[in-house]
Amino acid sequence: MGLLSSSVSITRYRVEGKLEEPVLETMANGLKRHVISEIDGNVSDETIGWTSFENPFNPKFEGSSFVIGGYFVFSLRIDKKTIPRRVIKKHFDVEVAKQLMKTGAKQLSREEKRRIRQKVEDVLTLQIPATPNIYDVVWQYESSSLWFFSNLKSANEALETLFAKSFNLTLIRLFPFTMADLTAGLSPEERDRLTALSPTSFTE
Amino acid sequence: MLDVSVSYNRYRFLGAEFLTWVWYVIERDRGQIKVPENMRGILTVGNRVVIENSRNDTVQQITIRGDNADMGEGMLALKKGGLATKLSLEYTLGEQEWRFTLKGDSLDVTGLKTPTVAPVETSDEIEGAALEKTALCEVVIDLVDALFNRFIKLRVSDDWENEVVPKIRKWIMDAKT
Repeated sequence: MGLLSSSVSITRYRVEGKLEEPVLETMANGLKRHVISEIDGNVSDETIGWTSFENPFNPKFEGSSFVIGGYFVFSLRIDKKTIPRRVIKKHFDVEVAKQLMKTGAKQLSREEKRRIRQKVEDVLTLQIPATPNIYDVVWQYESSSLWFFSNLKSANEALETLFAKSFNLTLIRLFPFTMADLTAGLSPEERDRLTALSPTSFTE
Repeated sequence: MLDVSVSYNRYRFLGAEFLTWVWYVIERDRGQIKVPENMRGILTVGNRVVIENSRNDTVQQITIRGDNADMGEGMLALKKGGLATKLSLEYTLGEQEWRFTLKGDSLDVTGLKTPTVAPVETSDEIEGAALEKTALCEVVIDLVDALFNRFIKLRVSDDWENEVVPKIRKWIMDAKT
């Protein structure tokens, strides 16, 4: 889901730390170092990388192309090839039958079956195109606030990992406790009380 | 700071208490939101509320949905010890309307529908549309932050047990079910 979709879901993060100066150059280098790579026509079944918000299938991070107003706006792209199990089974069965006919054996060993399955998966992975999933990122650098336009666990985990690799900064996910502890402006005394809280009962 | 995953689980209850408090505040203020003071809009409960009761090692979940949903069932679930774990909300400011759902455990905003942004017809219009949409999303984020900051200040104060909890209990017990 993207920023410009009619319905959006947002996961919020606080960015710990600041980029090295000059910020725009460090930012562009981080994006370029982990730009999405194409896997159509090779045996990889998944690729994860950054792409441009405005042009997700032809990413460019030159100059300040990722700056919109006071925000860094770019996207996480996850391309995945998914082969239906039944398609794999069909090709596997055909290959097993061919091998049995060729060798005259009554059955194949576990190792032979494993090799055939791997070969079938590699051939099919090579043939099918990857399905792209694009998740937009809006980073308000000055306030260390980052919005990720997906609540999917796998996409959020991919974001956290790639962000750390690209920018050498940590993303702290905002949920009730971290919001209270980091962004609510509580005094030291109030933060001590926060850690000692236990659930309230509204019915006793 | 505590380890993130430990604090997520240990203080999970804060999100459900927050959503239940928001529901109470909306009912108390009859939509004319007074928290925060500088918000002039009207906040109402939307068409979906999920209530969970996780006592006695089992989790019972009740979902109330529909544009004319009967909240009586929801109040009954609160009377039995449940708390709101998902709350859909509608925020109206003049002729503009935002609809979204808050998840209690994460406070993630889901299904956010903002006032419409002008359609993008050329690539030159993308930046403007992105800025406009970001500003519209920010209205909801600022609202949630302001509500949560108000809640958490109360939650760590003596006023919570002495004043707020008795009022919420009365609201729940007096509700028609």
